Amino acid sequence: MFQTIAFYLFSAVMLVAAFMVIASRNPVHSVLFLILAFFNAAGLFVLTGAEFLAMILVVVYVGAVAVLFLFVVMMLDVDFVELKKGALSYLPTGGLLGLALLTELVIVAGVWRMAPASHAALQSATPAGLSNTQALGRILYTDYIYYFQIAGLVLLVAMIGAIVLTLRHRPGVRRQSIPVQNARTPEMAMELVDAKPGEGA
Amino acid sequence: MFFVDAFAKHMPYAWAWVLSQVILIVVFLVCLLVMVAFILLYDRKIFAAVQMRRGPNVVGIFGLLQSFADLGKYLIKEVIIPAGANKVVFLLAPLVSATLAFAAWVVIPLDNHWVFADINVGILYLFAVSSLGVYGIIMAGWASNSKYAFLSACRAAAQMVSYEVSIGFVLVTVLLFAGSLNLSDIVRAQQGVGAFSILHWNVFSILFPMLPIFFVSAIAETNRPPFDLVEAESELVAGYFVEYSSTPFLLFYLAEFLNICLMSAMVAILFFGGWLSPIDIWPLNAIPGVIWLIAKIWFFFFLFAVVRAFVPRYRYDQLMRLGWKVFLPTSLLWVLVTAAWVIFVRHGGA
Repeated sequence: MFQTIAFYLFSAVMLVAAFMVIASRNPVHSVLFLILAFFNAAGLFVLTGAEFLAMILVVVYVGAVAVLFLFVVMMLDVDFVELKKGALSYLPTGGLLGLALLTELVIVAGVWRMAPASHAALQSATPAGLSNTQALGRILYTDYIYYFQIAGLVLLVAMIGAIVLTLRHRPGVRRQSIPVQNARTPEMAMELVDAKPGEGA
Repeated sequence: MFFVDAFAKHMPYAWAWVLSQVILIVVFLVCLLVMVAFILLYDRKIFAAVQMRRGPNVVGIFGLLQSFADLGKYLIKEVIIPAGANKVVFLLAPLVSATLAFAAWVVIPLDNHWVFADINVGILYLFAVSSLGVYGIIMAGWASNSKYAFLSACRAAAQMVSYEVSIGFVLVTVLLFAGSLNLSDIVRAQQGVGAFSILHWNVFSILFPMLPIFFVSAIAETNRPPFDLVEAESELVAGYFVEYSSTPFLLFYLAEFLNICLMSAMVAILFFGGWLSPIDIWPLNAIPGVIWLIAKIWFFFFLFAVVRAFVPRYRYDQLMRLGWKVFLPTSLLWVLVTAAWVIFVRHGGA
């Protein structure tokens, strides 16, 4: 009974939060509602027994991705009135895109037949005798290790690409060298001079 | 689970379970708050002792009731909300901070089988909750509509995200070594027998280099000195809570100290055998585990407080360099070393 209540609670809050992401006027509020939606998705994962995925969802999406979102959105100097003014002119294009996506989703949902063998796998989040984490680890690192490595390589290339695109070498910048600083001794930095009276150093 | 059977006689089992859990949680939170009240005094006394002062000594014997007097003062002051503030987010921020700080304690094992949520992914839960702590600070900084608070929020976001990375890798080494993500299992893996049982603690294993990294990262993660650039008073007045007064400020204050206690508890659980007694002989092992855990929390809190009193504040670029160029490579390397050790030494080859 509690599971049912929890399911409807999480789902309802998630749907409302997801709607508020696009409906709220303030972009920072949008991001905060997005975080709420992520949270409730994590709650739904817990309900299905996928505890590892739930935690990873919170760590990765809420703890890292959404922080960066929020960071960028907070920095933007958005004029809300200005933003609302142009919204209507984008409606035809945006509406068309949305409609195309919706049609495609409906078509996919209509013709999609699930493989009969995967029904049993879907019903149990974890195989018997294994914890959720072990089951995921076995699939990722034992059964599909090559695909996993290839995905990792793709991400690495994307990461290097992003760094190369934004990296800019400026000439004439005095950089701090920590080893040089740490290697500095009193002998290198100061000189003791015996100044005679009446004369300078 | 103490009251479930007693309540179950009068009502359905599910309700009895919920009721008993609620009672236990309330009792636990009250104990936690009382501990934090004395931890606050302890912190101030340590800080005073380092500076050769007396510290709070007026309210109660040795100032023991100082925190409770402060509590009364915080509660009866007026809540001031700045004119340009975003009211809802402004008031939500301290609530988020305090709620997360309390929520993290649910997976901390106080003794063998003494834990509210004995979940399989306990260590990930702690990591998730501590990575959420930054939201309270960002929300406060943004909603205050103040330059100082906003700059502090920017610093906090960068700093906490940076140090979470190395904390994450330290947690990976510990869970590789223990072979479990369950905090109780991590402590049980450190259990030894006899007079030298202390040698089974993780700190005396190959994980030893991870202890200083975790300790320093924990200081950075909780924004304590010498890494308190988020609330650097010489530059940012008081950082993200500069506009806060009264109870909302109290919630931030409470969350900060709960997080430090949590980090102390995590050092104890990950490296110093949690509830285990250092020497497994009578009468030491007859002392309840929860006493050992609290003693360890107070000991590591002492270390955190002493660092705060001794070490001058870091510069921001030094902080970032330490996190990304020193801790991250070291902890990443140590994940490999620990994995290799577990496979080749403990299991004797693949």
